[in-house]
Amino acid sequence: MSAAAAVSSTVRVDALTRRFDSFVAVDAISFEIRAGEIWGFLGPNGAGKSTTIRMLCGVLAPTSGSAEVLGYDVGRDPEDVKLRIGYMPQGSSLWDDLSVEEHLRFYCGMFDIYGPGEKRAVDRWMERLDLKKRRSQLAGTLSGGYRKRLALACTLLHDPKMIFLDEPTSGVDPLSRREFWDIIVGLAEEGTTVLVTTHYLDEAEHCNELALIYGGKIIARGTPENLKHAPGGGETIEIVSEHNVAILDAVESLPFVRSAGLYGSALHITVAHKEDAAQLKAAVSRLGISIASLEPVTPSLEDVFADLVRTP
Amino acid sequence: MNWRRVWTIAVKEYTQFFRDHRTVISTMLMPLIQVLLYGYLSSDVKHQPTIVWDLSRTAESQQLLDAFTNSAYFDIRYRAHSMSDVVRHIDDDQALAGIVIPPDYAKLLHEKKSPEVMVGVDASDATAAQAALAAAGAVGSSVTQQLQIQQLKLEGAAPSGIGVDVRARAWYNPGLRQEVFIVPGVLALVLQFTMTFLSMSTIVRERELGTLEQLIVSPIRSSELMIGKMVPLVTIGYINVTMILLVAVFWFGVPVVGSVLLLYFTVLVFFFATLGLGTLVSTIAKTYIQAVQLIQLFLLPSMLLSGFIFPVDAMPKLMQVLSYFVPLTYFLTIVRGIIIKGIGVDYLWPQILMLLALGLAVFTTAVLRFQKRID
Ligand SMILES: Nc1ncnc2c1ncn2[C@@H]1O[C@H](COP(=O)(O)OP(=O)(O)OP(=O)(O)O)[C@@H](O)[C@H]1O
Ligand SMILES: [Mg+2]
Repeated sequence: MSAAAAVSSTVRVDALTRRFDSFVAVDAISFEIRAGEIWGFLGPNGAGKSTTIRMLCGVLAPTSGSAEVLGYDVGRDPEDVKLRIGYMPQGSSLWDDLSVEEHLRFYCGMFDIYGPGEKRAVDRWMERLDLKKRRSQLAGTLSGGYRKRLALACTLLHDPKMIFLDEPTSGVDPLSRREFWDIIVGLAEEGTTVLVTTHYLDEAEHCNELALIYGGKIIARGTPENLKHAPGGGETIEIVSEHNVAILDAVESLPFVRSAGLYGSALHITVAHKEDAAQLKAAVSRLGISIASLEPVTPSLEDVFADLVRTP
Repeated sequence: MNWRRVWTIAVKEYTQFFRDHRTVISTMLMPLIQVLLYGYLSSDVKHQPTIVWDLSRTAESQQLLDAFTNSAYFDIRYRAHSMSDVVRHIDDDQALAGIVIPPDYAKLLHEKKSPEVMVGVDASDATAAQAALAAAGAVGSSVTQQLQIQQLKLEGAAPSGIGVDVRARAWYNPGLRQEVFIVPGVLALVLQFTMTFLSMSTIVRERELGTLEQLIVSPIRSSELMIGKMVPLVTIGYINVTMILLVAVFWFGVPVVGSVLLLYFTVLVFFFATLGLGTLVSTIAKTYIQAVQLIQLFLLPSMLLSGFIFPVDAMPKLMQVLSYFVPLTYFLTIVRGIIIKGIGVDYLWPQILMLLALGLAVFTTAVLRFQKRID
C-alpha cells in the first residue's frame, strides 16, 4: 500500500463499475493518469463523470473493479486517499452562514494546519483567488463565481498532490475562467496532478489528456490534437452562409454525412471520407442557397464529440 | 482522537448557532415556557378525600391526624369502624386514601418505640397517589421531628420558646406541593427533548445542504465529527439547566435539597446519552423530516416508560423491562433524588452507571453506523 513515490501513475483505474440498483452509472472503465498531468473528463449530462470522481475520492464505494490513487486503493484505504487529495464537488459545498475566512480556517483545522502555517495558507489562497476583499462576507451572499473561487481555495489549502475538480468553472465568467485555468495549469507545473471535468470544450484544450465518457463508458481518449485528427479518415467542412439552418436541415440526412452542427456563425459538417467532400459541395450547390464559403477545416473538439456521440 | 479537529468542528457549530438568532431564542425560551406550562397545568392533587380508622383514639393519634390534615393533601371526611369500611370507601372512589392507626399507638410512643401507621392509597390516579404517598411520608417524618422536639423539651433542656419554634419549622415541610414533584421531572423531560432535537439535525442538515460530501472527503474521523458537534450542544444544555433551576427555585419555590454540583455532573452524563441518541437518528435518517419522525417514535414511549407519568413499579413486567433501555428512567430517579430527597452518589451510582452505559452504547453505534461514504 505504500511506495507511492515509486508509482509513475498517480491514478490507476481498472474496470471500475458503479451501479445504482440495476442502473449502471459507470461501466467498467479503465484508465491511468500520470503524475503532473491535467486529465480532462468530458461527456454529456448523466454520463458518469461525477460518479467516477466520487469513487476516486473514496466517498462512494465502487460496486466492482478497483482504483488506486497516489498508490492507495480507494476501496480499501479511502482515508489514506482523503488525506492527500483535494476534491471540489460539482454542487455547492459551502455553509451560507459562514464567512470566506471562516471556511478557510475550518479546512485548515480539518487538515491539521495551524499557527503561522494556517495564516500563510489562508492569506496565500485568498490572494490568489481574489478573495481578500470579501474575507468577512458570508458565503451565502457571494455571487456564483466567488462561491466557486472559495470552494477551489478550500480544496487547495493543504497542498494536495492530486486534485479532483468537478466542473470548477461552471457559472464562472469568461475572464475569471481564464484565471482559474492559470491557477490549474500553474498547479500542474508545480507537480500537482489534476483531474478536471468541464462542459467547455475550449477549456479542454488546456488538458494533456482527454477522455470522453458516454453512458458510463469511455468512448474516446487521447490528447486534444490526437482526438481532432482521429475520426476514421473523415473530413470536416466549414460552410459560411446566411442560411445555415436551411442547409443543415437539407444535408443532415445525406448518407455520407456523419455529423453536422452549428459552430459559432458557421456550419460544420463531418463527412465519412475525404472523397465525400466533393459530393457535399455538389449537394449544397443544388440547393440554390447562396453561400459565402465552403472549405475543409481542422475539426474542433465539439465536432469530434458530436461525431462520437452520434455514431457510437 | 485529534482534538484540534474536534475543536475546529465545535467552533464552526458555535459560530453557526449564534449567527442564527431565531434558533438561539427558541432554544433558550422553549424550555422555560415548557417548565412554566407544566408547573401551572399540573393537576391539583391536594385535599384528597380520606377515611380514617383510629383504633387508638387518644390525644396523640388526634395530633397525628391533624398533621395529615395540615399537609393539605388529606381531607379527612370519613371515620371507619372496621377495615372493610376503609376498603369499601376506597373501592367506591369515595376516598382516595385510608389511614389506620393501631390501638397501641399512644402506648408505644410513651415507651419511646415506633408505632406503625398504615396508609393505603388508591393508585388508579397515579399522580395523585404518588403525591399522597410522598406527603404521607413527609407527615410521618415531620411528626417524628415534632415528637423529638417535645422530648427535648420534656428532658428539661429549657429552650427559649422562639428559638425552638424556628428550628422546628426548618425541619417541618408544610409546603409539600405538586410543583416539587413535577418540576424536576419536567427538567428531565425538557432536557431530553432539547438535546435529542438539536443533535438529531447535526448530520442530516449537512447531508441536505450538500456539505456532508466535503466533510466526508476531509480526513476527520466520525468520532471527532460527532463529539465536535456535541460540544456546543452541551453548552446550550447547561444554559437551559441553569435557567430552569432558577425558575424552579425562585418562581416555584422548589428548593434543591441535594448537591447542585452532583446534579450538574449527572446532567452531563444524561446529555451524553441523549445527544448520542439524536446523533444516531441523524446518521440513520436521510432527511430532516425523517429524523423528526424517527425521534418521535422514541420520545413519546420514553415519556410513558420512564416513570414521568406512571411509576415504573406500577407498570406491567414487559414495560418495566423496556424502561431499562430509556435514559430518562434513570435520569428521573437521579434528578428527583437530588432535588427532592437530597440523596447523593452513595444511592445514585447504579443509575449514573446505567446512564453512562446507555450513552456509550448509543454513541458507539452512531460512530460505527456513520460510514464516511455517501451511498
Ligand atoms: N445516488 C444516486 N442514485 C441513483 N442514481 C444516481 C446516483 N448518483 C448518480 N446517479 C445516476 O448516475 C448517472 C451518472 O451521474 P453523474 O452525476 O456521474 O453524471 P455526470 O457525468 O457527472 O453528469 P453532469 O454533467 O450532469 O454532472 C446519472 O444517470 C445519475 O442519475
Ligand atoms: Mg457531474
